[in-house]
Amino acid sequence: MIREKAEALARRGSLLTAVALLALAGVYLRALVFTPVERFQGPAQKIFYVHAPAAWSGLLAFAVTGLLSVLYLWLRDRKVDLVAAASAEVGLAFSVIMLTTGPLWGKPIWGTWWTWDARLTSTLFIFLLFVGYQVLRGAITDPETRARYSAVIGILGLVLVPFIHMTVYLFRTLHPDPVVLKPGSPGLPGEMLVTLLTSFGVFTLLYLGFLAQRYALGVLRDLKDEEASRAVS
Amino acid sequence: MRDALRAAWAIAGKDLAIEWRTKTALVSSVAFAVLVLAVLYFARDPTAVGAVDVAPGALWVTFTFAAMIGLNRAFLLERENQAMDGIRLAPVSPQAVFFGKLAANLVFVGTVELVSLPLFILFYDVPIVRGLPALLGITAMATVAFVAVGTLLSSMVVRTRFAELMLPLLLLPFLVPPVVGAVQATARILADRPLSEVQGWLKLLAAFDIVFVTISTFLFEATLEE
Repeated sequence: MIREKAEALARRGSLLTAVALLALAGVYLRALVFTPVERFQGPAQKIFYVHAPAAWSGLLAFAVTGLLSVLYLWLRDRKVDLVAAASAEVGLAFSVIMLTTGPLWGKPIWGTWWTWDARLTSTLFIFLLFVGYQVLRGAITDPETRARYSAVIGILGLVLVPFIHMTVYLFRTLHPDPVVLKPGSPGLPGEMLVTLLTSFGVFTLLYLGFLAQRYALGVLRDLKDEEASRAVS
Repeated sequence: MRDALRAAWAIAGKDLAIEWRTKTALVSSVAFAVLVLAVLYFARDPTAVGAVDVAPGALWVTFTFAAMIGLNRAFLLERENQAMDGIRLAPVSPQAVFFGKLAANLVFVGTVELVSLPLFILFYDVPIVRGLPALLGITAMATVAFVAVGTLLSSMVVRTRFAELMLPLLLLPFLVPPVVGAVQATARILADRPLSEVQGWLKLLAAFDIVFVTISTFLFEATLEE
């Protein structure tokens, strides 16, 4: 019963992902061919249509994990934990896209691969925190303990993020960085905005597709584990 | 409330008594702190960077690394002979257990810091006379911050594989706000600047202490269940 449901969810998830990937190809096409080249940044600006939506999906995924962690300690529902774990893993994938496309754009535009700006630093540490979250999950065998411990990390992470942001903010106000070549983008031209918003939508769909598949996988893995432990005992 | 405090006191006393009788962790943490201080002294170009310039960073790297050794040990004690089950069965609130553990860890880390601080002043030849009370205050604030989170995390990691590896991985992101704040404040103190220059950092440290001691106290219950 649970197995059939999980398998159906996995199928729906892969369908959703396939649709999102097709739409992503459309976004690429639109961004490269039908959206004007930005006057100051040139073609490098195109990466923005992938970078910003990937960052959005990644942070959305981590926020979902954090909130579900609170919910788990309250409801103690195994499913909540599995969705939280699935979301954390999908979030890591999107964060890797964000953290690799960012420097690729930063080098030609800012003149540096990396700068300790508030947003960059916070996302880097959130990423590392969730790497720790994944490693912790891998090191605990009992599913109930695993769920509780990872919920604790999820909640702590949720509280930590504003503190890290404040830290970097204070750090920078004491040592103003002269290399602020950050091009302020006061409102995008219509065509660029449409491309960007479409991309946001597509990446959200991708997130949902991945999440559904990863969650179904988690449920099936749990079932297998249970079968295995029953066979042993 | 009175009972909870008495229980916390008993747990802290037990941990410290065990440590006092063996002194294994204390001696290794202090020796480790001296080693890190000595190694970091040479981790610079002496013709370009003065010892005093790297001193604040060196001090806090030393303190946090040495603390991590102590934190690892806090719940390792309870793993032997299933002592944790005994604590869980005892009719005391989880908050009392947490405060007991936190107090013992604070005493432990505080001792390591108090022993290594004079060595730091000697090794790095830092001009500190008037700033000493302020430095001690900053140290206390930052130590409470990372020991609170560390105590909570160490209660979880001891029951995982690779416990010794897991604690730094999980704890280091939480060290960013307190350690960055402490390093900035220490640098100002060593430069004989007024503390009002680091008001923002002091507020951040205080807020971190309040928020994380509170949240760790309540989350600890979730790590204790079986």
